[in-house]
Amino acid sequence: MASPPSPASSSPSPVRTTAAPTASVATRVLGGLSLVMLAVTVLLALVITPADVVQGEAVRLMYAHLPTIWVAYGSFAAAAVASALYLWPRTRRRHWDRVAGATAEVGTVFTALCLATGMLWGRITWGVYWQWDARLTTTLLLFVVYLGYLAVRRLPAEPVVRSRRSAITALIAVVNIVIVRYSVDWWNTLHQKASLTATDPEITGEMLGALLFSLATFTVLASWLIVHRYRLIRLEELRDEEGLQRAITERRAEAGLGVAG
Amino acid sequence: MFADAALVARKDLTLELRSRVATNQILPLAVLVLVVFAFAFDANTTLLRIAGPGLFWVAVLFAGLLVVQRAFSIEGADGIHDALRLSGLEPSAMFLGKLVSIGVQLLVLEAALMVGVVLFFDVGVSDIALLVAATVTGTVAFAAAGVIYGVLSLGVRVRETLLPLLVVPVVAPVLLAATRAFEPALGVTADSGWNWVALLFVVAAVYTSLGLVSFGPLLEDG
Amino acid sequence: MDPVVALDQAVVLVGRFPALAGATLAVEGGERLLLRGPNGAGKTTLLRCCAGLVPVVDGRASVLGVDLRSDRRSVRPHVGMLGHWTQLYDDLTVADNMRFWGRAAGASDPEIQVALERLEVGRRLRRVPVSQLSAGQRRRVALAVLVARRPRLWLLDEPHAGLDSQGRDLVDDLLVEASAAGATVLFASHELERAGSVATRSVAVVGGAATELRIEQAGDVR
Repeated sequence: MASPPSPASSSPSPVRTTAAPTASVATRVLGGLSLVMLAVTVLLALVITPADVVQGEAVRLMYAHLPTIWVAYGSFAAAAVASALYLWPRTRRRHWDRVAGATAEVGTVFTALCLATGMLWGRITWGVYWQWDARLTTTLLLFVVYLGYLAVRRLPAEPVVRSRRSAITALIAVVNIVIVRYSVDWWNTLHQKASLTATDPEITGEMLGALLFSLATFTVLASWLIVHRYRLIRLEELRDEEGLQRAITERRAEAGLGVAG
Repeated sequence: MFADAALVARKDLTLELRSRVATNQILPLAVLVLVVFAFAFDANTTLLRIAGPGLFWVAVLFAGLLVVQRAFSIEGADGIHDALRLSGLEPSAMFLGKLVSIGVQLLVLEAALMVGVVLFFDVGVSDIALLVAATVTGTVAFAAAGVIYGVLSLGVRVRETLLPLLVVPVVAPVLLAATRAFEPALGVTADSGWNWVALLFVVAAVYTSLGLVSFGPLLEDG
Repeated sequence: MDPVVALDQAVVLVGRFPALAGATLAVEGGERLLLRGPNGAGKTTLLRCCAGLVPVVDGRASVLGVDLRSDRRSVRPHVGMLGHWTQLYDDLTVADNMRFWGRAAGASDPEIQVALERLEVGRRLRRVPVSQLSAGQRRRVALAVLVARRPRLWLLDEPHAGLDSQGRDLVDDLLVEASAAGATVLFASHELERAGSVATRSVAVVGGAATELRIEQAGDVR
């Protein structure tokens, strides 16, 4: 990464000194791996594994739906842990705030995918797009909670203020989702409705292997996205830091003072 | 700490007494919401009676959001935010005071809405203890969540839209549980509502604790 | 003796903008320091910084022995600030406001009464909602709150603005009394003649930095 320009330069320099691609050896490996794994997953899901006894070909959606749940909730948990680490004075580093931001954004996308695949699967198996079962309902609320978190992150504010606000929001959101899950589960025991979890097929043998592989695939894919997003956040911060240094210099020039020590 | 909280609550309630926003503006709106439900359900009395508990809590949600918005719009004006930080009041005491004032205003609104539901939806009260318990715990849980996000969005210009977005998902399980508790209390079903009251109590306790801890940091960042 | 205010190359951000970009200032106890400078120079931010309201991101800053970089909250109960805003609840009466802000700062009822009388806020006026007061009257009430707080450091942003000449004389007297009682006064003003006669020292604030251009002798320190 190039170093910021010296404060003595007074002409507004373009961002090019800190603009850099967010790719690296690590991301190229992750990216390539994702592509390959995705190809294999598609093969496994659509061709190699058998259809389900009960659901028929529809079960193949599971290889897309279940991994997205895993990533959606996993990213959420990661964002919450990162937020906690940021708030805890001993472990406070900007790094954790960036992790929280990156995982939350990627998590939001995967939550949307999760809901979409879930609705498709539901349409095919029970004929309706939606059931108010525990999993779908909690995931829907998770999606809205994510959107709220992203809205808080986008509020214009000083970086430290924004990070702290978002971190607190994330932690309260975790508590909220646990409460939601518990209440909705309980609510569901009152109605014996068809649920995606109830109709989760018995997964053994080849299907289990394929499912685990697709879980791994989506994890690699999400990691690749998260690393890129993290670096993008870091670049944005560097650009803002540069802008601040420039503003300080100009301000001091107004006062007739020299360059800051 | 409790003295400071009482000071804040008294200030808020005095303000409401003098400006009468909750009684003159929010209350009529909440009752109007009940009327709108009747239109939406085509005055189907059977349906309205069965849906009564849920509709009550939806109306409370509407009114509650307005009460919370109002409670914090007064703190966002005229440099009062700075003055509060300088005031010497403990943040957790301020949280408690705000919680009490919003809770009291909500309870008044809920009493009026209850009368409305009984009248308009032809609902009968069969278990008043359950009704009161569910209302109180549900209100505390709602108010606690409202205060947390209210103070978070204190200096924010898009507060009117951000606050509901943040509050509603947090309050959804409260509405769920409170409606389930109201159903047996209003004679709609024969299930046990007290389990749900227990859940409401836990939620209220959790959010109050979270609020006591986070009010200070969130007030700083306005 | 340790200076009451000691800033050394302090940098304070307002949003992303460096309102103070390296302010250096030392103020001894009992001084009445005038901050002069053009609009946008950072006088208000400097005052807010001394009140512990804004984070200092670089340099050193200590007020009343408290390091502002690590713990600015603890300085707040000991300072009193009069800003551009009224910092009063519009819908509450003068008495309501005084009761709230005074008690919050730990003042007793007699002390609050004394403050109101000192600022010549008549008994009849105390029952009037703040929204119905003139700008000058609101200033007096805000000053009464400040007086009731008995702060060790007075921070005033254009204290004479909006007051008639009687009110301005009153402000001058208050500032002199305060520093005679051991408090320190920092105030920003554009009215150099009047301010110059009250201040013991004057400092120019330009471009987010405070520099002493010349030391001015005030009138007799009374």
